[in-house]
Formats: sequence, structure tokens, C-alpha cells
Amino acid sequence: MSTEKNIYTVTIYTENNIGLLNRISAIFQRRHINIESINSSVSEIENVSKWTLVVKLHVDSMKRIIGQIEKQVEVIKAYYHTDEETIYQESCLFKIKSDLLFDERQIQNIIKESNARIVTVNKVFFVLEKSGRKEEIELLYRELSVFGIMQFTRSGRVAVTKNEMKISTMLKA
Amino acid sequence: MKETETIQIVRKETATTERISGSEAVIKCLLAEGVDILYGYPGGAIMPVYDELYKYQDKIHHVLTRHEQGATHAAQGYARISGKVGVAIATSGPGATNLITGIADAQIDSTPMVCITGQVGSQLLGSDAFQETDIVGISTPVTKWNHQITKASEIPEVLAKAFYIAKSGRPGPVLIDITKDAQFEEFDFKYEKCKGIRSYKPVPETDKNSLKAAAELINKAKKPLIIWGQGIILSEAEEAFKAVIEKAGIPAAWTILGVSAIPTSHPLNVGMVGMHGNYAPNVLTNECDVLIAIGMRFDDRVTGNLESYAKQAKVIHFEIDPAEIDKNVKTDVAVLGDAKSSLKALLPLLNANSHNDWHHKFKALYEIEFEKVIKNDLHPTKESLTMGEVLKEINIHTKGEAAIVSDVGQHQMVACRYANFNTTKSNITSGGLGTMGFALPAAIGAKMAAPEREVVMIAGDGGYQMTIQELGTIFQQKVPVKIVVLNNEFLGMVRQWQQLFFDKRYASTEMVNPDFVAIAKGYHIDAKKVTKREDLKNAVKEMIDCKGPYFLEVRVEKEGNVFPMIPTGASVSDIRLE
Ligand SMILES: Cc1ncc(C[n+]2csc(CCOP(=O)(O)OP(=O)(O)O)c2C)c(N)n1
Repeated sequence: MSTEKNIYTVTIYTENNIGLLNRISAIFQRRHINIESINSSVSEIENVSKWTLVVKLHVDSMKRIIGQIEKQVEVIKAYYHTDEETIYQESCLFKIKSDLLFDERQIQNIIKESNARIVTVNKVFFVLEKSGRKEEIELLYRELSVFGIMQFTRSGRVAVTKNEMKISTMLKA
Repeated sequence: MKETETIQIVRKETATTERISGSEAVIKCLLAEGVDILYGYPGGAIMPVYDELYKYQDKIHHVLTRHEQGATHAAQGYARISGKVGVAIATSGPGATNLITGIADAQIDSTPMVCITGQVGSQLLGSDAFQETDIVGISTPVTKWNHQITKASEIPEVLAKAFYIAKSGRPGPVLIDITKDAQFEEFDFKYEKCKGIRSYKPVPETDKNSLKAAAELINKAKKPLIIWGQGIILSEAEEAFKAVIEKAGIPAAWTILGVSAIPTSHPLNVGMVGMHGNYAPNVLTNECDVLIAIGMRFDDRVTGNLESYAKQAKVIHFEIDPAEIDKNVKTDVAVLGDAKSSLKALLPLLNANSHNDWHHKFKALYEIEFEKVIKNDLHPTKESLTMGEVLKEINIHTKGEAAIVSDVGQHQMVACRYANFNTTKSNITSGGLGTMGFALPAAIGAKMAAPEREVVMIAGDGGYQMTIQELGTIFQQKVPVKIVVLNNEFLGMVRQWQQLFFDKRYASTEMVNPDFVAIAKGYHIDAKKVTKREDLKNAVKEMIDCKGPYFLEVRVEKEGNVFPMIPTGASVSDIRLE
């Protein structure tokens, strides 16, 4: 059995139910596994929620955990994928003092080069939005932190898979 | 078909004309699901439902246990002997939290159970109201499904789902929490049984190719071994299973939840696997060439050290729960599906066989175990009484027809090893959770579900005292269970480990016990204590002949040990006989 841990993107299609977050996170918690990020949203199918989790695991544990997740009554289907098998992004927001935008020329360059987007500007602060891979966001964070960041937040990973997930056909059947 | 149709039509008609309260709806749902007995304990947040139970008492029998844990174990005992869903009910807060041990027990032992709890009014949720507790949050990891109801109109659909989920597929416990305002609220009641849930597939499809592959492996095997678990009993596959082992001539061993699926005396029954199982099936697990697991989950108490478990064998796993495949033991062929239909489909693919030489190995190892262990347990020459000889007497007087409800500890292992079973669903014990205190209330539930059966409860002096208050339930409900306490004045199983692995440092395992006979008599239960061998036979006979409940305390040797034993971390084949 290999002991190497991989990053996996876990995709879970579920019914929309109040207690489900608790139920799914409990599956990881009781095995002492950290969830690196978690995101829940609507999916491409009406009335079906889609969860995207990122975890670091051995492939054997990953398989076992997918089994435990799928076993939950309100889970329709669960998948796991490696980074190579998915297109994934995270999104982040920076709140920064507006003065800096005019006093520090460097900031404008950073914004341009990083493909970040200014969402709003007022007298006190401006908000910068950036979507991308975790490393790109981390780089931007390092570059901006030199000047001082008032607030920072990063979303969980969202991902789509390169191959089809046969969920819609499954639901029709 | 016709009949059910008319029933549904009648129901629908009455339904449209009937505006009832949420609490009355709860009772009507239970009746529609065929519930005739439920176990519980009242309190503020569930009082509207109790008020309806009062009105419907001629149709549904509520049993007041002496603790909510007792209610869950009684519901489990009811479910395990009958195959039906057991029902327990409690109030919010402490009533609800007291259910948790039984729910966790039912979850790990796949017992169908529905628990209903009252909850504070929905406007009070989250306000730390009196007796408010987040029972849905607390019970999530130990339930197959749970749900909170805040509107009366949700009651029929949610309860229908609850019963469907609890019973279908791999069974398990479901908890439904109902706020007090939803119990009072009136609505138009209509009940329809749940027929399916789109996100939930109770029984996976059986792949024909995997069945073929399994049959091929079995037909080629020279030394096949079957280990069966409770799955056979849960899917009522007993006859199909017997047909398979008899045709293929395969020795079959059981887990403690699987025993009683085929009679103890069946020639192909080679005994119990696991920590205190029999010598032959444990040792030969590491010699067989094909290991066929059916409706069992390779619990660590069954496998010992996984690194040296059946490495030489091809493993076939018949299983209803896909999450069990490769969970602990990697399988070569997994046959998903319901055990009964899989085994029926397997039968015609199997060649008739007898495996005589292989059977001789089991017999030879049994002889060794008999000389070293069984003889001394069942026919002791030492002065003090053994647990084994008590079981032997019970076997004689019940002729193997009794349901045995055991608690947790040494007596449990002895009961499972030595009790004779002629009929299925007859060994009721807490397997996965190992819950001391399980037996007495579970025996109540079992006896009430199957009044025609003899139900004998066997507990140690420790576990008995964890739910001893249920003697009150036995007295009030006049439940004629037979209560046997094997008193060694120790928490025996823990003491055994202290003796073997902690240099006899008996930390907090010695028990100073009360006068158990006086306690039983205090509840007006006939009672006797036996301390000498010559009195045992008559006492057991008197107990079995007694029409009402009966309590028998047997003083057994204080420091007796259960063998064989696989020490933790050891391999099944390194099982110790002394
Ligand atoms: C609720 C609970 N607490 C603790 C344990 C740990 N435990 C397992 S066996 C045992 C001793 C049981 O003693 P007794 O009931 O007297 O039975 P004996 O082993 O002597 O037959 C204990 C404490 C348990 N299984 N369940």
C-alpha cells in the first residue's frame, strides 16, 4: 500500500438538506482528516447541490471515504479527482487603502500583471478581486502585503472535471 | 395488491376529511407502519404525543422503561428478534441525549430503529431554552439518517421516509426530532408509504460477472472457508445460505452477530471466528485458499492483525454496503447485493463438493481446543462453577430453542461460544459497540416481540448494574424474561486483560455487589442464588419452568479466563489456548 498523500478534489452531488454539512464533515472529522477547503453551491442540475472539497489523502483512504460519503442517504453521487483531471480556480478579495493606489506606483503594476480586477474604489479603500490557482493568489498576497492589506479573504476551490461526471444521466435513469 | 389499493383509497378519503394535530399524526403514521409496541419515557417537549398515546392505547402499546437508554435497547431487542423496525421515543434535552448509546449501538450493528424525540418550540430553537439540545447535531454521526420537523405538515412524509430508510438496504437507526409547536399544529393528514428516495439506493445491483467469478474461484478451491455475519439474518438468507454450503461442502464459521443463522449442530458449522472464537476457524483462516465472506465486515475483533490476515487466500466478499468492500481486507471478487438473492443466484453455478480432507483439519483442531479449553469449561473438575457449565445447563433445559440475549464481557463470549441455537434471530448481543447494560432492556424488547419464545438474558455483575432499573419495566409490564447473572465479583473481561497484559494490577475492576436476589424480589420477581454445582441443574430447571420472570444469580469462579484468545495486534493464527 502506498503511503503517499495526494491532493484530491472531491465533488459531491446532494439533495439540499439542512444537516448535510454536518454529516459530511463528520466523515472527515472522525478519521482525523483536515478539509483544506470546502464550497457548496447549486449545480448544473435543478434542485441538486454540488460540493467541492479539497483534501490531502492516500488514495486508499480517499476511496474508502468516497464510499462513506456515498452511503449517506441524501448524497446522490461522489467523485474524487487529481489536479490533473480538473480545471480548478479559487477566488479572493483584497481590501486596501485607497491612498496606496495613488502613492505607490508599484501597486498599479502588480494589479495589471496579476490580472486582478478592481471591484470598487472609494476615498478610503479599494477592493481587488483575483481568481486563479492557489499559488497565483498566494503570490499576489505576498506582493501586496508589503504595502499593507486591510482585509483579505479567499474562497474554497471550485472545479470542473475534464471528463464527464455521469450524474445527470444517472438521475434520469 | 387489491387489498392494499383499497386501504390506500380509504385512507385517502378519510385523510381529506380529517384535520388532526401533528401529535396525532405521529401515532397514525406509526400505526400505518405496523408499529404495535414502542418504548420510551415522557417529558415536557413530547407531551402532546404522549397525550395521543393515551388516546390510542388500545391500538399501540407504549412501554415505559426506566431510562431512555433502556428504551433504545428494548427497541433493538424487539428489532433483532423480529426483523421489524424497533421504535423508541423520548423528550428533548436529557431524554434525547440518553438515547445516544442505543442509537450508536444500532448504527454499528445495523439494527433497524426509529427514534422520535420532542424538541422545544421552533421559535425557541437556538435560545438555550429549557431542555433544548441539538439532538440532530449530536446524533448525526451515529444515525443512518436524521431530520428535524418544525411543521406538522412534514410529519407524514418524514416519518414514512424514516421507516423506509431504517429498514431498507443495510438497516440502521433514524432519529426524527419534532418541535413542540409542530406537535400541536393542525393540518390535513394523509399518509403514503415511502417507496424510494432518488439519492438513496438501498440495494446495489448484483453484477452477473462477479457472481461467475466468485463461483469459479469457489469451484476451483481446495480449501475454501466461509465466514458469515449478520447479513444472512438481516436479508433472511438462511435457507439460501444453507443450500450453498451444503452443495459446495464448505466449512462455515460465524461472527457473533451471525450465529443462529444456521443451527449450532449443523455439520458444516465450524464455530466462531475472532478474538475469542474457536481455534480451528481462526487458525485455518490463514490456511484456506479461498475465503468467502458473506454479510460481514471484517471487524478488527474478527481479523486480528490485518497485515497477517488470510494473505494466502483469494477473498470473495458478498456485501450489501459498497462502502465495506476493501475497507479492511482487499477483496479479489466483490459481489454486491442482497445476500439472499446473490446466494440464490450463486447456487446453480456451484459444483457439488465435499472437501473431506479439509474438514478433517477442522475436526483435528477442534479436538485440541476441546482438550485444552472446552472440556474444562463445560465439564470442570475444579470446585468453583464456570460460566460454561451454566450455559450447558441452559442448553439442556431450553433444548436450544431459546433466544439468548447477552451483555458485554466474559459471559458474552462464553454465551456466544457455548449457547445452542436451533432457530435464526436468536443471538441478541451488542457486537460492534460492546455496550454494557444492553442485555436486560434488549431482553424485554425481544420477549415482547416474540412472546412465544423463551428469552434468556445473560449478564455479568457489572453490566447488569448498568441498566438494573429495567427490572421495574419487567415487573410493571409482566415480561416473563429469564435473567441470569454470572457473578464473578469482577469486571471480568477487563480483569482478564489486567491479568494477562498489566501484571495483575487489578485497577478498579473488583466489585462489591449488593444482594441481587433481594433486589429482584424487591421488584416481586422470583429469584434464586446458586453457589454450588449440585444446585445448578435444579435452579436452571426451576427458572425455565417458571411462567413469569425469574432471576438467577450464579456465583462463578472469580478469576476465570476466556480462551481461546487472540491478543490485540496478533494474527488470527497465533490464537492462544491458555
Ligand atoms: C458501557 C461500557 N463501559 C465499559 C466497557 C468496558 N468493558 C468491557 S467488558 C467489561 C467488564 C464487564 O464486566 P461484567 O459485566 O461483570 O462481565 P464479565 O466480564 O465479568 O462477564 C468492561 C468494563 C464497556 N464495554 N461498556
